[in-house]
Amino acid sequence: MMRSEAARPSTGTMAPQAPVKRRGGREAMELFFHLLFLLCGAVAVAFVLFISIYLIVSGLPAIREIGLVDFLFGTTWAPTATTVEPSYGILPFILTSVYGTAGAVLIGVPIGLMTAIFLAKVAPPRAARVIKSAVELLAGIPSVVYGLVGMIVLVPAIRELFDLSSGACLLAAIIVLTIMILPSIINVSETALRAVPREYEEASLALGATEIETYFRVSLPAAGSGLATAVVLGVGRAIGEAMAIIMVAGNVANMPGLFTSVRFLTTAIASEMSYASPGSLQRNALYSIGLVLFLFIMLINVLLNVFIKGKKED
Amino acid sequence: MKRMLTILLSLTMALSLLAGCGAKEEPQQPAENNNTQAEQPAETKLSGAVSLNGSTSMEKVVGVLGEQFMTDNSGVSVTYDATGSGAGIEAASNGSADIGLSSRALKDEEAASGLVGTTVALDGIAVIVNAGSKVADLTVEQIAQIFTGEITDWSQVGGEAGTISCIGREAGSGTRDGFESITGTKDACKMDQELTSTGAVIEAVAGNPNAIGYASLSAVEGKDTVKAVTVGGVVCSEATVLDGSYAIQRPFVLVTKEGTALSTQAQAFFHFATSAAASDLIRSAGAVPVA
Repeated sequence: MMRSEAARPSTGTMAPQAPVKRRGGREAMELFFHLLFLLCGAVAVAFVLFISIYLIVSGLPAIREIGLVDFLFGTTWAPTATTVEPSYGILPFILTSVYGTAGAVLIGVPIGLMTAIFLAKVAPPRAARVIKSAVELLAGIPSVVYGLVGMIVLVPAIRELFDLSSGACLLAAIIVLTIMILPSIINVSETALRAVPREYEEASLALGATEIETYFRVSLPAAGSGLATAVVLGVGRAIGEAMAIIMVAGNVANMPGLFTSVRFLTTAIASEMSYASPGSLQRNALYSIGLVLFLFIMLINVLLNVFIKGKKED
Repeated sequence: MKRMLTILLSLTMALSLLAGCGAKEEPQQPAENNNTQAEQPAETKLSGAVSLNGSTSMEKVVGVLGEQFMTDNSGVSVTYDATGSGAGIEAASNGSADIGLSSRALKDEEAASGLVGTTVALDGIAVIVNAGSKVADLTVEQIAQIFTGEITDWSQVGGEAGTISCIGREAGSGTRDGFESITGTKDACKMDQELTSTGAVIEAVAGNPNAIGYASLSAVEGKDTVKAVTVGGVVCSEATVLDGSYAIQRPFVLVTKEGTALSTQAQAFFHFATSAAASDLIRSAGAVPVA
């Protein structure tokens, strides 16, 4: 026995071709799992690459045919017009998506952040439990149900409240979107706030700050990257929502106004994809709208990341 | 204990997934079905699926025809996807459905691309207003002016003051196509909402006292939340659609692809729907049979 042990290298180097079979087997297992994880990561990258390439390839022909400026800045969308020339301008959709998302984020982020602070720091445990379960329930509700409730309750309410002829407008869409992004913002922000080291807050309180001052001046900035993630999640959900919006926003391709019937980028694709014949300019234009939407989301992600990194370097 | 419960519940859930099986795989039955009212052209029992896709206006008609066909041929399942006329024509063209349903006649370029339309019924497009509205009659010109935005207030056509809210359909809808071509408002309608099905339009008009919309007569009949106005004094009914005095009407069309043979059961359904035996069923659904 002593001989075989002496045959192994006595210093700490672990040569892969170690003579002991068991050690080689474990190495192989490690390698195998490393490769498996690499493969899973590669699958994610592959999906993103595939979707990007597919969108670019299918979205470019229409843009080339219609003309980039006419497509992006044209104000009329009427691809099935028969008595006049069909027009393919998507500016109404772009502006509507921007205003709708901005509105939802402007209202949703403050409410979400303050709820998260309440849940993470201020609330007594029992109240926190009840509110947390309510938020999680809200997160699980499918978007169609939001659309349904919006259509039956919100749209008539807006019509009565503002004395309009029809309640299906941008405002209804903004309200529905706000309620939809609240759970994601609250959940992620609360986790981020809970992860702030207690020492920071104790130090601040010891120096004489009130609790509220501590939360706003110390905890929130410390949880900054988590909060940024929450906002990005919220924005992503808001800009990608189609089903709930299609039921409350009216779906007419108008330039956006708070009380006008509007169509978002997502609903533009959803409403016409089923009957646009393949190969027609209308269908290719819908792919181009998909490309624009995709680029939008990329842009927002990049901007938000730069904004956060920029803040961190202060 | 908890673990047993969890396992039991999971098993129950998994087994309930199998509840949907079996309907499509039914073997051919040897005994003749005595419930038939329609003719049975084939001597062997039919089985399989017939997929219909398209017009939301044709829901009632397709519903009664499908139910009767399934009662007569228990091995066949008829499925109906309510996606709109444009989508139905597209489905027939690319083969994703056996028969497409359209509530308008085929356009020239659609016929030229190899699609064949067989009219199975005529349907009136009812112009509907909220049940509480005082307006009971409108002329075709007034309807056109309302939908193009020239008339904006109900008081201009005899109702209580209020801004008119026009509810319409999406661009691929057969109902919209029929409505716009007859009222002469093609590409000129200014709508407050563009909804994607007949049912959605009826719901929207029922919920808004200022709304006006258009929907298939077969879907509107019997509903008391909306009322159909008389167009130029003519009531929208099967009789007036049949003799042509109700102006706003369009055909219900079964769309098939030329050169592509239908499956046996789909062909049998096609024969049934276009036969004289189906006339009573179509009439009961609120449309006017042409067979």
